[in-house]
Amino acid sequence: MERDDLIEYSLHAHHDEEKGKSIRKKIYFVTVLLTAVTILEVFLGAVIKQDASIWPFVKWSFVALTLLKAGYIVIVFMHLGDERPWLRYIVLVPYFIFILYLIFIALWEAVAIKGVLSYFS
Amino acid sequence: MGGHSVQLDQKALWGGKESPFQVSYGKMMMWFFLVSDALTFGGLLVAYGFTRHDCLEAWPIGEETFNSLPFLGHGFPLLYVALMTFILIISSVTMVLAVEAGHRMDKKGVVKWMIATIIGGFFFVGSQAWEWYHFIHGSEFGKVELADGSMAIVKGHFGEIENFTVTVGGQHHKKGDVVKEDLMHTFQHAAAAGHIENEIITLHDGSKAKINKAKDHDLTLIIKKSGRVYKSDKEHRVITGKKAHDLYYGALYAGETNRVIYGANLKQNEYGPQQYAQFFFFITGFHGFHVFSGVVINIIICLGVVAGTYHKRGHYEMVEKTGLYWHFVDLVWVFVFTFFYLI
Repeated sequence: MERDDLIEYSLHAHHDEEKGKSIRKKIYFVTVLLTAVTILEVFLGAVIKQDASIWPFVKWSFVALTLLKAGYIVIVFMHLGDERPWLRYIVLVPYFIFILYLIFIALWEAVAIKGVLSYFS
Repeated sequence: MGGHSVQLDQKALWGGKESPFQVSYGKMMMWFFLVSDALTFGGLLVAYGFTRHDCLEAWPIGEETFNSLPFLGHGFPLLYVALMTFILIISSVTMVLAVEAGHRMDKKGVVKWMIATIIGGFFFVGSQAWEWYHFIHGSEFGKVELADGSMAIVKGHFGEIENFTVTVGGQHHKKGDVVKEDLMHTFQHAAAAGHIENEIITLHDGSKAKINKAKDHDLTLIIKKSGRVYKSDKEHRVITGKKAHDLYYGALYAGETNRVIYGANLKQNEYGPQQYAQFFFFITGFHGFHVFSGVVINIIICLGVVAGTYHKRGHYEMVEKTGLYWHFVDLVWVFVFTFFYLI
């Protein structure tokens, strides 16, 4: 039987100059996008104060813009978009299960503890 | 039951030949490491959110705390952090260009872009060092505890101290001496220790001196924690003009310790609740440590590229793996930037 551990998956990643050109074009697009989003975030943060009535909307758009930036970094810069589906799943699924659980439990407990602290202070 | 054998169609089986992930062992392990590291950072940021939510004292606002630029002073909310973010994004771009050059077996291109990445990484680490220095050092006014127990942060232009004129001699200074060195540091140290009363400072050697100081401008108090008289609600928290001046110097000249706090350490800080500085040091410190180790790994791999190690191997996957780590560092910063500085 053919040895399976000798397959050089690393060699699959090679590409020619033409493909490289289109990849670089995508990289420059993401660069401009990430920079623009960061400038927008800083502008919003500097202009809109935290006691403004519009602040909750700004806050949640910060979270949305951050997830957008993170998505582009992971999918394009880290090439997760080009990997096999199974690699994507074993990276993303465990992460989201744990982090969503952690966020849920922290929110739940924080609300309860805040109630207790306010009661006794 | 036993001994019952079933004939399976070999075509339907994976057969153990090709991996379903189609990546090398090293790259997959790098991904697993990044998942666990991302959970660590996720845990830290969740803990930060938890503490911030539960802190009854007002939490500092990023644009009020981080508003300085090197050489230019105050009044530039978030610009410095934005610059740091931009540096890190650009170094991530140069890294992905190095990986792309590696896929074309373009050794010169890989070296060029990796060197650019390393320079960007050093710039980021340097920026973070300045940020820490500034955070630890604190502002010129510090945070003040007013007579009614309320806490306020102070904004404005601090009038420069010209000198201290000794009025009562001590072990080191004689009466009539004019002290001109290390004024700001001595002033802040004495203020925190409660050694200043009515423009008279008690120096280290026990001598007393009159403070000759230019006038402050636009002194503004922002109440962060309510006391019996001054409240931190939206309408009342900003105090300006003569009242602000009197309240601030009333506390500073009270001759009590820790009425004015400058800068930050692990025990107290001028920005807000104690946990704030601890989270700042731990989260940005842990991230900075990742950036630093990323730069070191990049240098090692870059030397490998220059030596031709990976070219002989037939692929530049080592560059891709270190690239994954470097992008991850950028990814974490995107989240730290939002949750620590923006929100």
